[in-house]
Amino acid sequence: MDFQLSDDQRALRSGMRDLLDAVFDRDRMRAAVERGGTLDRSLWRELGAAGFFALRLPEESGGVGLGLPEAVLLFEEAGRALLPGPLVATHLAAGLVKGAAEGEAVVTAVDGDLPVAHLAEADAVLVGADALAGEPLRAFVAAARPVRSMDPLTPLHRTGADTGVRAVSGPEGARAATERTTAHAERIRFEGALLTAAEQLGSAARTTETAVQHAGDREQFGSPIGSFQAVKHLCADMLARTEPARAAVYAAAVTGDPVEIAAAKLLADEAAVRNARDCLQIHGGMGFTWEADVHLHLKRAWLRSAARLGGAAAEELLAAGLGAARRYPGSSAASGRGAPEAGGGG
Amino acid sequence: MDLAYSEAEEEFRRRLREWLAGVLPGLPPKPSPDDWPARRAYDTTWQRMLYDAGYAGLHWPVDAGGRGATPTQHLIYLEETEKAGAPYVGANFVGLLHAGPTVAAEGTAEQRARWLPPVLRGDEVWCQGFSEPDAGSDLAALRTRAVRDGDAYVISGAKIWTSHAEVADWCELLVRTDADAPKHRGITWLALPMDAPGITVRPLRTLAGSTEFAEMFLDEVRVPVRNRVGAENDGWRVTMVTLSFERGTAFVGEVVACRRTLDALADEARRNGRWDDPVLRRRLGRLNAEFRALWRLTQWNVGESERTGGVPGIGGSVFKLRYSGARQELYEAAAEVLGADAFDVEREWVLDRLSSLAYTIAAGTSQIQRNIVAERILGLPKGR
Repeated sequence: MDFQLSDDQRALRSGMRDLLDAVFDRDRMRAAVERGGTLDRSLWRELGAAGFFALRLPEESGGVGLGLPEAVLLFEEAGRALLPGPLVATHLAAGLVKGAAEGEAVVTAVDGDLPVAHLAEADAVLVGADALAGEPLRAFVAAARPVRSMDPLTPLHRTGADTGVRAVSGPEGARAATERTTAHAERIRFEGALLTAAEQLGSAARTTETAVQHAGDREQFGSPIGSFQAVKHLCADMLARTEPARAAVYAAAVTGDPVEIAAAKLLADEAAVRNARDCLQIHGGMGFTWEADVHLHLKRAWLRSAARLGGAAAEELLAAGLGAARRYPGSSAASGRGAPEAGGGG
Repeated sequence: MDLAYSEAEEEFRRRLREWLAGVLPGLPPKPSPDDWPARRAYDTTWQRMLYDAGYAGLHWPVDAGGRGATPTQHLIYLEETEKAGAPYVGANFVGLLHAGPTVAAEGTAEQRARWLPPVLRGDEVWCQGFSEPDAGSDLAALRTRAVRDGDAYVISGAKIWTSHAEVADWCELLVRTDADAPKHRGITWLALPMDAPGITVRPLRTLAGSTEFAEMFLDEVRVPVRNRVGAENDGWRVTMVTLSFERGTAFVGEVVACRRTLDALADEARRNGRWDDPVLRRRLGRLNAEFRALWRLTQWNVGESERTGGVPGIGGSVFKLRYSGARQELYEAAAEVLGADAFDVEREWVLDRLSSLAYTIAAGTSQIQRNIVAERILGLPKGR
């Protein structure tokens, strides 16, 4: 068993970090904040050119041919860097919506009754496994109402309960076709939850580093505040949230198991939100300012927690997966490599 | 990044399962928790069976009489023995997991030949004399004095939390041999024969009502100098060589056991109707996430140690911090599943709930673990 990053995976991750350092440094990030999160289309195309969206498409379809484990590493880096945009939806739409794979199209998604991100600039909207574009999209946008978004990096729209979405979600067809669509929608739902969890993980790791940096630099009472146990223990707890979340996210990427994805999302949400809260606390008064970046992490983390398998849904799914009879024969009869795991340890 | 086991690892698992299925039905019934001689006999019998089957000292180096198994094989061993309901390491804990490895790493050839084979065979049992009434989290402040007198040390002092002291043959003892040196530099590691004159053992009753450990009083006990492992005053380093290095497998059996308990709690809640309470259901769901993640983190740490030959124990601090809290949460949820039965110690999980209160204290309190994580992993400055 070799549950560790391969050399190629390490290289992929550091390549993504270098790319984001180059094309989305702090100045560009703050510029994005000042323009209310409106997307930089040339940055979007650069991400496309780097294979961010086409990562999991087969090579014969112009993709990179990699899998979920590699995708979570890229999304983790995106979460670290506070990279804005409907990254998950556009990645999921690669191969489904023209231009998504290349970063030519911006694709957002409807997620229950939650506000829709980046709707005004979207070229398509995912509704389950279907995509809305052209005239139906224009009608959808016209019926939507912009929200003054709490997260300055994510413009939001509320959409009405009855926006006619259902009318365009595929033709009336045979039952088999419907089932296929449902299975596909489920796959998209869980992959989206996993990639969102990966972004949360990156954010959680970043706020831990930021908090530790500040605690080492900032002096009060003649010492770095990080020498005080009250502060030190907050930092230790941040790491103790990040590392189990990391193991859960990476394992879920390997197995693709829905229950395991639910665990990953739940723990990554908790790590991202609570680490951002602790990071803010450790920054004291500065943490409450617009100037400090920590509020940007917290607001994104809050949004992502509610999105794509929120806490209640994840917990119910995890509860349903419990029970001796449920576990051993294979609640994790999942797709993906490494499954089913010998010994039922999953 | 992979969770698949190799063919050789699967073969190891298959053989182990077969062997367990063959021998476990023949084991005698488990002894009463308060009958220490019977517990020792039960645990050492099991150890002898492991020895005869070639599973003793699986993770010990080959030149120490072990099998030099990989971390993954050790993980499989711990996972399978737990799942099969095999006996715990019990009275052999200190011998197999601490004193033995310390002797293997730091002892002379004669010391290894004298002490290691009896541990592997289940012939001799060790206990640990580290903590003292005034030296708990601050272990290096220990005060039990050893004064050299010819070819012996004469030892006086008190030790506490000494599990299995009543039935042990040996005690790995930390003593102060230089009261003037800085506290970490005046400590020596000795093997104390438990039948030496001057030793008084007094059992301590825990809040769970059982006698899990003891106090040990030493009144001018003579220990031969040849029982010293490592140099005089080098005992802190000798001890930490073993304490600070593990292979990510320390909690494998416990995490497997917690996951089985969680499944049983869900089944019981479905049976008694409490499953209809969404608050309880979601609480159990959250614990499922927690223990799944701890299992995956175990596999991750084992994977790291496969690559590097071992993981620093500081990585284990993150794990222990999270795990010990989660295990307490597990039994809080168990009490909710039990409802009115939660106050009957005869009911399953009630004594476990009480025992779980020790997890955030024993083997380094959660507060000490946080200090270790913050200072040694995150690099924050040392404080007071």
